[in-house]
Amino acid sequence: MSERDKGTIQTITPSESQVRRRQLSPKERAWEENTLRPALENSPERQVEFTTISGYPIRRLYTPADLPDWEPDRDLGLPGEPPYTRGIHATMYRGRLWTMRQFAGFGAAEDTNQRFRYLLAQGQTGLSTAFDLPTLMGYDSDHPLSEGEVGKCGVAISSLADMEVLFDKIPLGNVTTSMTINSPAAVIWAMYLAVAEKQGADWKKISGTLQNDILKEYIAQKEYIYPPEPSMRLVIDTFEFGVKNTPKFNTISISGYHIREAGSTAIQELAFTLRDGLEYVEWGMRRGMDVDEFVPQLSFFFNAHNDFFEEIAKYRAARRIWHKAMVERYKSKNPRTWALRFHSQTAGCSLTAQQPYNNVVRTAIQALAAVMGGTQSLHTNSLDEAWALPTEFAATIALRTQQIIAHETGVTNTADPLGGSYFVEALTNEVERGAWDYIEKIDAMGGMVAAIERSYPQREIAEASYRYQMAVDKKEKIIVGVNDFVSEEKPLEVLQIDETVAHRQAERLRNLRAERPKEEVARRLSALRKAAEGKENLMPFIYDAVKAYATLGEVCDAMRDVFGTYEEVAIT
Amino acid sequence: MPEKKIRVLIAKPGLDGHDRGAKVIARALRDAGMEVIYTGLRQTPEMIASAAVQEDVDVIGLSILSGAHNTICPQLMGLLREKGMNDVTVLVGGIIPEADIPELKKAGIAEIFLPGTSTQDIVDFIHKRVAQ
Repeated sequence: MSERDKGTIQTITPSESQVRRRQLSPKERAWEENTLRPALENSPERQVEFTTISGYPIRRLYTPADLPDWEPDRDLGLPGEPPYTRGIHATMYRGRLWTMRQFAGFGAAEDTNQRFRYLLAQGQTGLSTAFDLPTLMGYDSDHPLSEGEVGKCGVAISSLADMEVLFDKIPLGNVTTSMTINSPAAVIWAMYLAVAEKQGADWKKISGTLQNDILKEYIAQKEYIYPPEPSMRLVIDTFEFGVKNTPKFNTISISGYHIREAGSTAIQELAFTLRDGLEYVEWGMRRGMDVDEFVPQLSFFFNAHNDFFEEIAKYRAARRIWHKAMVERYKSKNPRTWALRFHSQTAGCSLTAQQPYNNVVRTAIQALAAVMGGTQSLHTNSLDEAWALPTEFAATIALRTQQIIAHETGVTNTADPLGGSYFVEALTNEVERGAWDYIEKIDAMGGMVAAIERSYPQREIAEASYRYQMAVDKKEKIIVGVNDFVSEEKPLEVLQIDETVAHRQAERLRNLRAERPKEEVARRLSALRKAAEGKENLMPFIYDAVKAYATLGEVCDAMRDVFGTYEEVAIT
Repeated sequence: MPEKKIRVLIAKPGLDGHDRGAKVIARALRDAGMEVIYTGLRQTPEMIASAAVQEDVDVIGLSILSGAHNTICPQLMGLLREKGMNDVTVLVGGIIPEADIPELKKAGIAEIFLPGTSTQDIVDFIHKRVAQ
């Protein structure tokens, strides 16, 4: 435990310089005098200060005075062209809707396989796999630390045999799959590729996304196994392997989602995520890869929180920052490197356990922000997720929410519908500037790995999260049904995870270990261990091991033997 | 005589790393004048029970969001009894289905705080409980 940090916390609020520079037009000055002043005298505003959910100050009115140096050709551009403020495709959703990709996973592989097939039958266009905590931490279902956790927060996958069941009767050649797995990402991906190969799908054509973002694990979600250095090596190994073998697969999904869920502000989410992205690019280049060869396979993942315009500004700023960084820092020549593609998920932390049906409304508004911000794919949370993993009933409403936005609201009819709004453009500029301030600060620390080792992003997030909780406790921020508008309600029916999953998994593992070629497994695991001691790309060794049905735990242990494990310095 | 500070162990058992709640509570209790020890992540019931003895705490606060509460809580309560820590107050905060609450209370958990609880309510509960 460390002493509580005092006095070193500095949260960046870049709006002040912008505000000072406001040059009012004569007309606006006259309006302030003749219309605004009497109105305020007559009835004052509801609050002294209006802020976003991140605590970022919002002004009364936005006019051309808020865009002093703004040049539409340079700062806004056109869709499908740099700086991509208006989106990465020329026709945006007129051409193709975003991928509706609902995250799902619970119980054993056969349980999740059924949910996958149900969702595809309901018109979902891509799969997304949630793994349980033992899998995320690289333990088999029968490991002592897995007790009580098997199949609870996602599906339990301990070997290629489980993976074969998970994707049974789902053609991996036609469906794109996202896998939310980080520390053991290389191992799970190897299993996925083995299933694809067995199904006869062409690796050059299969597509999907591996989350594989270890940096945000140290920063926010904390599902790490190895120390940063070998973890980064594994990530870069997957980049290299992906460039050669699976050119359509996103080898990483650089994620702000979890950073936001841990309590960050929107600007922190944006800044830390993009700085993570730059870190991966730099490590990839250091490996000797060409930036324009591997960066097109890097994708992003952002949160879609409650504050509608702040979120839209965040997505627009993200694209602009990435383009600038790729061109200016790394001299990229490839437009596929410049265009930031992202998945988004509505904010789990915004869901309330109280009056859970209200969550449908929250989710719809958040999803609308993601769409108006130009997302490439979207997960909408289910109304019951403050309580448990979603029931089929709740998951269906969540998917229908996306379908209503896509087909009924009309927001898909034009690209970047809010482009040119004084407010949205000014906020986009300010959010971008705030993010650059953080990015430069982390540059000065020597990069993200160094910043993480100093607990810098962790501390910034903890501070923001505490500030928000205090604002909620004091009712400075209202959460409907929680600290205001409270009412009695009936408890919700939630999904119960079958307690036999752990036994089923343990038995399956016992049989697997008895039936597989024992010496071959041992030989391949020791080959992996030896390679880990050297510098070779580990993906082929991991692939060989899982194909012989070495378990997830065994493969991760082989690397634990060489790399050791990571313990964070806990800050509170 | 100065009043003895209430000593609280905030623990994060199980494999889950979502520590936002644990950290906010640790800081709120500290701001309310309590002595707070945070265990860090991935503590087994054995580790938590030993830390509670070693630090001689009045209160243990467990943060559990993963659904593993039915396994972890009875194990911890058993270990605390074995170690003679019969009067320590054990609280759980996190995502706990209402249906599981009676069993947890029967196992000896003093109170369960669900999402949306204000930090002040937890501070007040601890003050009242420890005063008894």
